[in-house]
Amino acid sequence: MIERLGASILDGIVALGNFVLFLFNSIAFALIPPYKPRLAVRQIRIIGADSLFLIVLIGAFTGMVLGLQGFTTLRRFGSEGALGTVVALVIVRELGPVLAALMIAARAGSAMAAELGAMQSTEQVDALTVMAINPVQYLVSPRMVAGIISFPLLTTIFDVIGIWGGWVVGCGLMGAPSGDYFNGIAAQLESHDIAIGLYKALCFGVIVMWVSCYKGYHAQRMATGVSRATTEAVVLSSVLILMADYIVGALLL
Amino acid sequence: MTPEGNGKPNTNAVEVRGLKRSFGRQVVLNGVDLEVPAGKIVTIVGPSGCGKTVLLKHLNLLLRPDAGSIIIDGIDVTRMRSAALNSVREKFGMLFQAGALFDSMTVFENVAFPLVEKTSLSREQIRARVLETLTAVGLQGMDAKYPSEMSGGMQKRAALARALVHRPKILMLDEPTTGLDPSRTGAIHDLIRQTQRNFGLSAVMVSHDVPAVFRISDRVAFMHRGRMQLTGTVEEVMASNDDEFKRFLAGRASGDDLENNQVSS
Repeated sequence: MIERLGASILDGIVALGNFVLFLFNSIAFALIPPYKPRLAVRQIRIIGADSLFLIVLIGAFTGMVLGLQGFTTLRRFGSEGALGTVVALVIVRELGPVLAALMIAARAGSAMAAELGAMQSTEQVDALTVMAINPVQYLVSPRMVAGIISFPLLTTIFDVIGIWGGWVVGCGLMGAPSGDYFNGIAAQLESHDIAIGLYKALCFGVIVMWVSCYKGYHAQRMATGVSRATTEAVVLSSVLILMADYIVGALLL
Repeated sequence: MTPEGNGKPNTNAVEVRGLKRSFGRQVVLNGVDLEVPAGKIVTIVGPSGCGKTVLLKHLNLLLRPDAGSIIIDGIDVTRMRSAALNSVREKFGMLFQAGALFDSMTVFENVAFPLVEKTSLSREQIRARVLETLTAVGLQGMDAKYPSEMSGGMQKRAALARALVHRPKILMLDEPTTGLDPSRTGAIHDLIRQTQRNFGLSAVMVSHDVPAVFRISDRVAFMHRGRMQLTGTVEEVMASNDDEFKRFLAGRASGDDLENNQVSS
């Protein structure tokens, strides 16, 4: 009984160690030659450019909802003029990085886990190793680099679109004063707020790539293994994103 | 180079001594001995789960043994550090069971891949070498196709071309004819024999195709329960009176085997 408990605790520690080591390796192999800029650019296209439409869509609707709800709430206090400040702060500090990351995790993270899982089950990863090519350096590091570059950029786009979405609904449809909307943002949104949002985006980028690649790379070599890896990649990414959101937010306040 | 390995034409390309490997409590390799003489094809046969594939994964250095030694082309790789293994890996080409072609690349890019990544050859040199190798496996004109657009037999040929393109000394083949019909199986066997002769290779092959595969084998090793039950030339092995081997040839596994069917990989 105790023996089994000990064994399962040890297994857990070993798995956690491998998980952390995987992150370390994927970053370390991005820094040492041979560099793979073309692979990273290709991944930036897949993670970044191909996610653009989704980010714009989600950003616009998030901003529109905030404009609508923010306006009706603020009107009760007679402070419709603060709408711009509220929308901008909420999006830039919180919703922009979190929602963008969740959407990319669902879209690109799942695809990544499935692709690496399928490569593992068809021995393509072994083939790389046998050809004397480090599979982590070839497959995982470019994705990590692409995530670190793409997430802050997509988040910034999300923020800008969201703020405009809030303006369209809040000022255009509901009648909040347009001048106050932008003046409020200019007066209240500090570079510190933007920095927090970008730090979060950076963290989430690392988390999504790390979790998705790890789950795909260690998928069991069968169809159910790949589907499980995909599900776990999205679920674990999402959980870690929300946990990290709190931690980074509390640390940087 | 060890002094013994120097210039002697009859040394072994691969030599395995007392190889042991367990996964958890399951003993998969229980003291395997194997010799692959230079310039010969050695075929490892045996029932599913006897450890053939695990043995091959030790030879191509994907797995490391618990005990025993592996000597490849005169170099003892058993306790070599992972970084140093890459220079040994360049000595051999590997044909995986399902081909393991990269499905995001064309046939040309797949075959060119080891050269692009590991050599400093110019574009023209790479192109010439790839087309030459594709012709050698009978795939001329197929270079722009993606693996998904080709039949199973063609994928095997493309994978063989990729394994040969960097001119290895040793070829390792993991069930090269799985999933092919008998006529294609024969064609791939012929191709393996022919390329092995043309390129002067030593080859070690894992196969289910008994007795068809004996036609192109120089030596046969029959593996059973994690050890070599029987090894020798094709004639010697066919003439042997070993019960297990006879049962295996006749396609009858003992009930004992089915119950103990050890490893899935």
